[in-house]
Amino acid sequence: MSEIAQPASLALAVSRPRSPPFDWRRAVPFLLAAPLLLYMVVLYALPVVAMLLRSVNDPTWTLANYATLLDDVVFQKTFWITINTSVTVTLGCLILGYPVAMGLVRARSMAPFILVIILLPFWTSVLVRSYAWMVLLGRHGLVNEALLALGMIDRPIRILNTPLATQIAMIHILLPYMILPIANALRQIDPSLIRAASGLGSTPFMTFRQVILPLSMSGVAAGTLLTFVLALGFYITPAMVGGPRDITLSMLIAQQVDQLNWAYAATLSAVLLATALAILAVARKLPGVGNAFKTSMR
Amino acid sequence: MSSAGTNGAGSGKGASVTLSNLEKTYDRASAAAKAVDGVSLDIRSGEFLTMLGPSGSGKTTTLMMIAGFETPTAGDIAIDGKSVVAMPPYRRNIGMVFQNYALFPHLTVEENVGFPLKQRGVPKAERARLVAEALELVHLPGYGARYPRQLSGGQQQRVAVARAVVFKPRLLLMDEPLGALDKQLRENLQLEMRRLHADLGITFIYVTHDQEEALTMSDRIAVMNDGKVAQVGTPEDLYDRPENRFVAGFIGESNFLPAVVRGVENDVVIAECDGALIRALCPGRPSSGEKVTLTTRPERLRFADSTWIGEQMPQNRLSVTVTEAVFAGERCRYMLQAGDGTSIVLKEPSSAAIRRRAVGERAEIAWSVADTILV
Ligand SMILES: Nc1ncnc2c1ncn2[C@@H]1O[C@H](COP(=O)(O)OP(=O)(O)OP(=O)(O)O)[C@@H](O)[C@H]1O
Ligand SMILES: [Mg+2]
Repeated sequence: MSEIAQPASLALAVSRPRSPPFDWRRAVPFLLAAPLLLYMVVLYALPVVAMLLRSVNDPTWTLANYATLLDDVVFQKTFWITINTSVTVTLGCLILGYPVAMGLVRARSMAPFILVIILLPFWTSVLVRSYAWMVLLGRHGLVNEALLALGMIDRPIRILNTPLATQIAMIHILLPYMILPIANALRQIDPSLIRAASGLGSTPFMTFRQVILPLSMSGVAAGTLLTFVLALGFYITPAMVGGPRDITLSMLIAQQVDQLNWAYAATLSAVLLATALAILAVARKLPGVGNAFKTSMR
Repeated sequence: MSSAGTNGAGSGKGASVTLSNLEKTYDRASAAAKAVDGVSLDIRSGEFLTMLGPSGSGKTTTLMMIAGFETPTAGDIAIDGKSVVAMPPYRRNIGMVFQNYALFPHLTVEENVGFPLKQRGVPKAERARLVAEALELVHLPGYGARYPRQLSGGQQQRVAVARAVVFKPRLLLMDEPLGALDKQLRENLQLEMRRLHADLGITFIYVTHDQEEALTMSDRIAVMNDGKVAQVGTPEDLYDRPENRFVAGFIGESNFLPAVVRGVENDVVIAECDGALIRALCPGRPSSGEKVTLTTRPERLRFADSTWIGEQMPQNRLSVTVTEAVFAGERCRYMLQAGDGTSIVLKEPSSAAIRRRAVGERAEIAWSVADTILV
């Protein structure tokens, strides 16, 4: 093959002019994207950079803000809580979301109905949903009433303002971000593969483990990343339904801004951003996830 | 799983399959639209049976019911005499090759071929040996570490076949396994399928809509039409003795002559067609005066004034006018018209020694009683 390809490519190189005249058609995509690009740079990128800069130049150029984090007990506890919450919520979304994604893909006439239920949270604001959870999880909320009625508890238990409440509410809000990428991956599995597996002697469970699960890993990876990175930055929900001492990074940042502690807030923001970027960077290197990135770019 | 391995019930290495009054309706609301409508077939142990039919005739549906991916609406499927209707596909121990091959994209060739063995708990070392053997069988040794996407269409097809036979099933189902390949490759692989069938000695049920493929490969062909079996028989049976107009028209080219029955002599019907008395083979006993259709193949007709060296001019004759004459290399193809307007095709082997007929010329054609069938 290479013997044939060589002369052809040589001929091509010779016949091609050195510097092609400027082709306006190539500029069209950039021109189309220009308004949004400008908007993003002026109103988003510049303020973010300006904010982040305050972590190193307020009042003078220094890395002292970062150095102090190393033995800042409040920061470390907050960071740990944030990571812990995000991991728990992501796992919860995965365990609850995967079967739903499968149901969504398998359901025929029910599919639009299931999709609406999944997407419903998308169409209501986070604030409204968090209030709803306050009502549900409160001392005299629906959950406590139900548990009492079932005789599973004999006096109302405390759910609201605990880490559990944060986790429940966040899982509810983030579930679509897990379900949709997984459902998308599942939908792309050729149904004849599942028939083939069954015909070759694979029980439904073995088919799930050896065919469906591996072929949906790109969706699982995408959903997990999306959910985890979004969970890292959650603010309203943990603030409203979480425990008073269970402060996440976002809450700490808001608190510091309130106290006009700009340099410290900027430092924490930089850490939060760096964590998210680091996770994305590491995830890209994992085999299955890398492919997920590539296919979603296509 | 008593049917696993090579020691199932029945004789020989191949399973016998019996379909009795098999029916399938996908849409229960409109029971009229039966995808498969009363199919009964006896497939013998070790046979190469092909289901041939036009698109939508129910071939795939029948195959899917045998494999267990679809449940029959009515009727029964017995493999080696035992009904399998209630058995899930993964317990039927049937090899299957899909039209798009259905290779697992996340597994290597070796893992794909080893897949059915793994499901059966075959130990790793044994598995490797059987996989190598199967890849050898389809002439693909040394490709084990590749992924399906790194193979050509023909190679993928071979992997699919290796995977379907590696666990030594007694029955192999194939749904248009060569449909996606070009003509040259398809012809090579047709020969390999025959060889494989001879080597393995197991029962093959093969689906195609390519009649040439069916005629060259099969022991017997079941012609399907509209969810029903139109005729089952050897390729010669179907070509020389079609039982109905559909089979006569679907397999090869046929002329259809409208006629009226005038009498019956032994197995031969005498019918009047455009004023001439034509004799035809007929298994039944049509009554005098009945309107019937006679069929005959274009290449079995000859012009009556040809030289008949060492043979008698056949009994059936008809006067015609040439309406079209086409030279097609090895053959000349003539469109003829009988006095009653019936169009007839005649194919004559071409030879520089034979006079070519001109359009508008009147002629008499002749053909033998054995090549005339009442359908
Ligand atoms: N899953 C299904 N749901 C509803 N109808 C179906 C389904 N599969 C097949 N049919 C219908 O059943 C009939 C037979 O289809 P089948 O696929 O068995 O035909 P086929 O002989 O394999 O045709 P082809 O040569 O095109 O593959 C067709 O009318 C088809 O529309
Ligand atoms: Mg089909």
